[in-house]
Amino acid sequence: MGQWIEVCAAGDIDAEDVMRFDHGGQTFAIYRSPDDEFYATDGLCTHEKVHLADGLVMDNIIECPKHNGRFDYRNGAAMGAPACVNLKTYPVKVEAGKVLIDTGA
Amino acid sequence: MTEASMVIVGGGKAGARAAVAFRENSWKGPVTLISDEALAPYDRPPLSKAAIMEEAEPQPVYLLDEGMMASLEVNFLRGVAATAIDRNAKTLSLADGKNISYDRLLIATGAEPRRLSQAGAERALLLRDLADSAKIRSEFISGKSVAIIGGGFIGLELAASAAKRGCHVTVIEAQPRVLMRGVPPDIAARIAARHAEADVAILTSASIAEIGSDRILLSDGREVPADIVIAGIGAAPRIKLAEEAGLALDNGIACNTYLQTSDSYIFAVGDCCSFPHPVFGNERLRLEAWRNASDQAIVAVENMLGGQKPYEAVPWFWTDQYELNLQIAGLPQQGVSIVQRVPKEGALILCHLDAEGRLVGASGIGQGNSIARDIRLLEMLIGKKAAPDPALLADPAFQLKSLLKP
Repeated sequence: MGQWIEVCAAGDIDAEDVMRFDHGGQTFAIYRSPDDEFYATDGLCTHEKVHLADGLVMDNIIECPKHNGRFDYRNGAAMGAPACVNLKTYPVKVEAGKVLIDTGA
Repeated sequence: MTEASMVIVGGGKAGARAAVAFRENSWKGPVTLISDEALAPYDRPPLSKAAIMEEAEPQPVYLLDEGMMASLEVNFLRGVAATAIDRNAKTLSLADGKNISYDRLLIATGAEPRRLSQAGAERALLLRDLADSAKIRSEFISGKSVAIIGGGFIGLELAASAAKRGCHVTVIEAQPRVLMRGVPPDIAARIAARHAEADVAILTSASIAEIGSDRILLSDGREVPADIVIAGIGAAPRIKLAEEAGLALDNGIACNTYLQTSDSYIFAVGDCCSFPHPVFGNERLRLEAWRNASDQAIVAVENMLGGQKPYEAVPWFWTDQYELNLQIAGLPQQGVSIVQRVPKEGALILCHLDAEGRLVGASGIGQGNSIARDIRLLEMLIGKKAAPDPALLADPAFQLKSLLKP
């Protein structure tokens, strides 16, 4: 386990939305689900390395803005071509109104 | 009795996606993919962009490599053209003399670049496959003059790529502006302005009299320096196989809404076919687009396996030039009024409404992927035949997604 890193205030991400978070030379996508849970994945699509934070969140799915590859952001599962490789996910927690991510670093 | 067999002709995006789709639909029988190219199916969008601009020698971006084909048990026949269909015997003849039986046949032969007819036209390079791209790349040497005939997507992408490599670029367009086909004037003007910034000259309403050894002579007497000439004047559907087999044609291989041709055992997808679009009053469309190729393959395969699924995906195109990304969803030309939406500074989205206020098209331009999310949402609204309040569309703070919620 690494250490918890502060991403943003919980209110900075709308429900059913995503934002980009860069840290330590890595880029992440941080999600807030429609039922108000927070999740984090690698920031780049496993298909062609496009920033997922520019994509669309619908329910529990993030869709890549370039080629519509889809992933379940809760567990990183790729939902079919062109997205065939799962996204890596990271532990997230909310404490005192702040979103924290464990990048494992 | 032999096992039913699925045969795909054409190793581009549509053919490759279809091969995968058979397995996704749990089809266990034989799948044969026939390509007249020597390589396994690879992605074509980079051929006019990254493959030419990047420093490193371009490598094919495979859609289906050997390993994937082996694991999917796809019988891949490369470097061989399909030459004839015997519809009675349900067999396909190949250029190497083999015959292949099919239970269902999918034609995904794509389109090929139109050629110029003027004197000197043989000097004009065309772009279709990886070898064409490599040839163009090798000619784009800094300081050379490049004349590109045609101000459509391919011509302008190549112009941006040539400029990046330090060439002196002129685009020659016969119409009064670039991107005349399907791209609204305000969006096309932004692309043209960006090319001007990169010192790419765009000559409009220009017709070619003759292509010389180092220049192009225009009908009005102007001369354009041209160490290299490229023609990007559109593409024609590859229909020879279908035509000789007597299949119905209508701007490509004529399909019904199930992507079935006039022979119920033969389907067609991608750039080579036309089909009626239920979202747009069953207007017959033929689309030359990456996503259409993929989406049609998925639907056609389902129907080849006994489904009855109409193809109703909303048309969607994109082009990347410099740092700009342009996207079109739906059919903007069916609109009679335009609502502007500026999702963020420097980006522009136009929502195209028809006479009844229905959203029929969306077009946009912006840096990177700045317009992607809104265009995707507008595309979904077009598919739902929505007639959103123009005031909401125009309000950048308004979340388009809320219009999709019940």
